[in-house]
Amino acid sequence: MTKLVHFPKRLAVLLLCALAILPLPAWAVLGDSAASVLNDQARMKGTLRSVDVKAYMMHEITSPAGSIVREYVSPGGAVFGVVWEGQFPPDLQQLLGPYYQQAKQAAEQRQRQGRTAISVETPGLVVQQTGHPRSFHGQAYIPQLIPQGVKASDIR
Amino acid sequence: MRRFRLLLAVGGVLWLAACGSTNNGTSVTGITTTCSPSPIQSGQMIQCTATVTGTGTFSTTVVWMATAGSITATGVFTAPVVSGSTSITITATSTQNTAEKASATVIVNPVNLQPITVDPGPQPQTFTTVDEAFTSVTVCLPNSNTCQTVGHVLVDTGSSGLRLLSSVLTIPLPQQNDSSGNPLDECMVFLDGYVWGPIALADISIAGEKAASAPVQVMIPDTSSPPVPGSCSSQTTGPNEGNSVSALGANGVIGVGLFQQDCGFACTTANGSIPPVYYDCPASGCNPTFVTLAQQVPNPVAMFSLDNNGVMIFLPSVPPGGLGTVNGSLIFGIGTQSNNGLQSATVYTVPASGPNAGDITTTFNGVSYPSSFIDSGSNGILFLDSATTGIPTCSGNYSSWYCPTTSPDSLSATNQGTNGNQGVVNFSIENANSLFNTSNSAFSTLGGPQTGSFDWGLAFFFGRNVFTAIENMNTPGGPGPYFAY
Repeated sequence: MTKLVHFPKRLAVLLLCALAILPLPAWAVLGDSAASVLNDQARMKGTLRSVDVKAYMMHEITSPAGSIVREYVSPGGAVFGVVWEGQFPPDLQQLLGPYYQQAKQAAEQRQRQGRTAISVETPGLVVQQTGHPRSFHGQAYIPQLIPQGVKASDIR
Repeated sequence: MRRFRLLLAVGGVLWLAACGSTNNGTSVTGITTTCSPSPIQSGQMIQCTATVTGTGTFSTTVVWMATAGSITATGVFTAPVVSGSTSITITATSTQNTAEKASATVIVNPVNLQPITVDPGPQPQTFTTVDEAFTSVTVCLPNSNTCQTVGHVLVDTGSSGLRLLSSVLTIPLPQQNDSSGNPLDECMVFLDGYVWGPIALADISIAGEKAASAPVQVMIPDTSSPPVPGSCSSQTTGPNEGNSVSALGANGVIGVGLFQQDCGFACTTANGSIPPVYYDCPASGCNPTFVTLAQQVPNPVAMFSLDNNGVMIFLPSVPPGGLGTVNGSLIFGIGTQSNNGLQSATVYTVPASGPNAGDITTTFNGVSYPSSFIDSGSNGILFLDSATTGIPTCSGNYSSWYCPTTSPDSLSATNQGTNGNQGVVNFSIENANSLFNTSNSAFSTLGGPQTGSFDWGLAFFFGRNVFTAIENMNTPGGPGPYFAY
């Protein structure tokens, strides 16, 4: 059972106006609070679609160029997973925040094994990216933050 | 056999000529000339024949002339080397009556077949490569004879454009500037990392084909200038593959994929923010910039004057356990010459834009994965994950690969294009640890995980003719972009 919800327009406009005069914080959405979703929408100059599936909220931001970022927010308000797809990957340093360096270090420690997809799987962080120029797909999540009853495969 | 018979016929004409030349009161009244087959390729030899008619015991001797290439006194024509389709006129003139002459036209096409090799890769490097197809590419300073041939360039249907490591280049390809007059640099993200470096111009020659004054990317290491912008490297957690030959596993990449340019319209218009692909690089630092299509790195195939609608890759079958080195062909054009027809291949069209641009849908165990793709630049067949496939990954250093407990593990999937065409692919995955314990370089049974989609890498290409048709180019199978096999 899913239902579509939309952020109240006035609140969104108010928040966007505030963002316009304040320096934008880094994205840092993974593991962060749901408020960062609007920051991302502003950055991507995108449209927002939000879906409430009770166990979590999914906010999907679509940029004018067609790139998509989906952010999964727990009932407690934490972003436990992000998914992206588009012609170019998003700025992962902004999207993953402090987890980006962790993923990069884990990727660097892995011995080169050929031309294969990016995959970081540590107990506290999973980051995967695949694709080719013109079509990239990826996801990242923090296993410990996934709400009860939600599967990692729901983050897609 | 055919050539032998034609030579006999010509010999007969010469014999008649010797017999008739001593007689008076004869005349030559007509002459026809044929040369076949046509079209032919650069350097190919064919027999031309002249049929002379007349009265009395006339002379059938003719003199041969060709507007290009060379032709012997007995009519054996050798085609010149051409880089575009060229029409050549061959004329036979009667020696008895020089007013009697006749011409035939022969079309000469470029040689469109380039050898490729699957081997351990350029040496020395810190590891040997597996399932990577290499070829050599010649680059020249534009409009010059200052050239360099670079070997072990990766053949990649997953990208578009030629990129060479700065460390292997020995000729100074001219740097390109953007519309502000500053150096133009580029960031390109691949499956497992990124590359960064300036855009330069080169004449690209491969087989008999030529792309004149084409933008190419020179890939530079982290230690070079300009430094890698943060907005470039942060698109992936992977490394700078342009750091060294070992980091790239090749001396360069020749992208012969689905698209005419590496970025396309997304880099040309103010549609949202400027993508982190092309960079304006004044001394103060690099920032993303828009560029025209002509400023972008093109798929060199699309710039050829002929055979420019796509490529076919042929690699022979590889048995379980693999082979040491495998030789195959990269053939330019689809349905443009006698060696690149689609024949029984099925066409799988792909979206030209959108989130699944260049992708097919692969269905496995009843579940469809719409962001799957065919990519000679990936090594194995990369698909899904252990939880979905039930195949464990290898332990230790080879966790990027599957190590099935029952080896080989026989599997089946169905590929579908946006045109609705479907085809079943039967494939087997062997234990990668066992494969890597051989000294082989070519494996048709190498597989690994890739969450959420299938990447039909080079392992898929063995034993198939795989066609990659370029967007907006017409082919006998319809316009690109599509894959066919």
